Amino acid sequence: MEDASMEYGESNKDNEVAPALIAVHPTQESVAVAVGSELRVFDLRQGGAISLEDDSSSGSLHKDSIRAIRYGANGKLLVSAGDDKLVKIWSTESWRCITTVCSEKRVTAVAISHNGLYVCFADKFGVVWIVNLDMPDGQAAVNKKAAPLLSHYCSIITSLEFSPDGKFLVSADRDFKIRVTVFPKKPLDGAHEIQSFCLGHTEFVSCLSFVCSQEYPHGFLVSGSGDSTVRLWDISSGHLLDTCEVGEKAGLLVSNGREAECYSAVTDLCTNPDGSLVAVAVQRQVPDYVLQGIILLKCDHSGRTLSCAKVVSIGGGTFIPTSLRICSSTRLLWMVTGVSNLRVSEQPSSARVRVISGLTKSNDQHEPFVLEDNEVPAGAKLLEKLQGSLSYSEEVFLAAAEAVKTAMSNLLIKKQYSADKREFRKRTRNDKKIKQ
Amino acid sequence: MLENEANPTFSKSTGLPRKRFYRARAHSNPLSDSHFPIPISPQNVDYSVHYPQFFPSSERSDSSKKIQFADIGCGFGGLLISLSTLFPQTLMIGMELRDKVTEYVKERILALRVSNPGQYQNVSVVRTNSMKYIPNYFEKGQLSKMFFLFPDPHFKEKNHRRRVISPHLLDEYAYVVEVGGIIYTITDVEELGDWMKACLENHPMFEALTNEELEADPVVKLLSSATEEGQKVARNGGQTFQAVFRRIAPSL
Repeated sequence: MEDASMEYGESNKDNEVAPALIAVHPTQESVAVAVGSELRVFDLRQGGAISLEDDSSSGSLHKDSIRAIRYGANGKLLVSAGDDKLVKIWSTESWRCITTVCSEKRVTAVAISHNGLYVCFADKFGVVWIVNLDMPDGQAAVNKKAAPLLSHYCSIITSLEFSPDGKFLVSADRDFKIRVTVFPKKPLDGAHEIQSFCLGHTEFVSCLSFVCSQEYPHGFLVSGSGDSTVRLWDISSGHLLDTCEVGEKAGLLVSNGREAECYSAVTDLCTNPDGSLVAVAVQRQVPDYVLQGIILLKCDHSGRTLSCAKVVSIGGGTFIPTSLRICSSTRLLWMVTGVSNLRVSEQPSSARVRVISGLTKSNDQHEPFVLEDNEVPAGAKLLEKLQGSLSYSEEVFLAAAEAVKTAMSNLLIKKQYSADKREFRKRTRNDKKIKQ
Repeated sequence: MLENEANPTFSKSTGLPRKRFYRARAHSNPLSDSHFPIPISPQNVDYSVHYPQFFPSSERSDSSKKIQFADIGCGFGGLLISLSTLFPQTLMIGMELRDKVTEYVKERILALRVSNPGQYQNVSVVRTNSMKYIPNYFEKGQLSKMFFLFPDPHFKEKNHRRRVISPHLLDEYAYVVEVGGIIYTITDVEELGDWMKACLENHPMFEALTNEELEADPVVKLLSSATEEGQKVARNGGQTFQAVFRRIAPSL
């Protein structure tokens, strides 16, 4: 019944869209948005758009969709990587590309160690690679080689995160697994010691983040998944501490209960600096209903619980965020929606950026609110750079949300075939014939 | 199992399933998407299905007995059957990717339990892809022995990542094997034997057993004699290459 549409999604390469991504400098000196192969950066100190410089390549910086962007903890580096199998490491001072690392496979996630010495990236075959940035006597080797660090056996890695103390590297994959690996003293020799596996999700794990506070400096791990839950973990034991059904919360907004069997995939989440709140973006799998906004979860560290605090709805049109980041100093929540290669759109890669303010302590009096476009830092100038243009049409973003949803489920959800369908596919497989 | 007298897939004389009704291809692709149920976590493994005499109900506490031996790619289960009587109080499981072969082992164990009351209650088999789902079955340090006997050699270099012993998979095996636990590998393919030995030697959490230790270990002798594959090699007068390593704590 669903096979027809699945087959279509499989054969149609155009359906492989990339959601727009956002990254915010730790002290909000700049904001970066990636849409398709385009990397757009706006400098908030100077108040102007940045043009990135890259000596090693001519023309476009990335040749295919960017799948991961991230600032280092000290804000000195920005890393971008994606389907063109290039990992580009940028200096946020000069906005030049310090190093380009070639990956064998397409890159799905990146992380930077807290001391800024190592960049880790994960590929579609489940291998995490590591690059040492510590260059002796300033000799910048333009093309560095990466060493394999660890591997999830042939499962797409969806997220990579260092623990707050930097002792562990956490990786999540589409096979429901979260692996906590001890980050070794000599990481170039590989990370062999596994601390724990956090098991409990029943669908792909899409995003990871840590919540930590002064009382709990080691923090807890939060993970979002296609099973429409956000879970709280103790990484040293791998114990599941709490599960929060965000699908239910999103469903509460629709009064009728007919989507009981539908679920909402968590696409992204981020945590605020004091670890009290988790912001969650959800893609609802119901055609006629979409959650317009984000869900805020309250995290109680001493009770080890996660609970839905509130839904922040974003008025003024369809806005289903594809990526979220909270700036650790200004506590603004930056959100973006958009997608690459969308056929319906005239301008191929438009995006929409919105900002939520007022995310302080969860028990505060004032509610979080969405900033109007003119209230966003640097206002129209920033939006013009990051969105691609100031004008946008709602239909595009609705279609974008739909495309992201299909692309995500095509990539991460296992295809189920009936017995004879499977036999047919075996008979007609052509992977042997390609070779000459 | 009395009705088996009319069932041609079971041998009349021994009551055991007959192998020719469970023929399967020798190779299976470990990279393909699996469509069989997998326990969400080791706590969700239902021991009462596998070991009904040890676990009459599916209730299980943290302190209860756990599986300690795992035969990865157990094939037709020859080793498990031999180990079962050698370690009657140790729970052990065979993991096999090929559906038909798993069915055979399942029937074989059930038939043995019937014909030898009280015995073979500690062995079971599960169809799974152990290269992908080992952490779903076993907790950290749960296993004391792991067996990789006559694994698929995957000669082509581009297929080396399908080998069941590989540097990255050893990290996962080191996670499920307790310190002091032992990994047994054996093959009749010299190239694969060298590969498995090299992988284990280069891993910081494994060390080779000494010759005296190998002599003293009763299980080592079973590696080539108990399995169907090993018997075939012996019949044809072939050579075998084994690598037996102990899990050690990583040096800091």
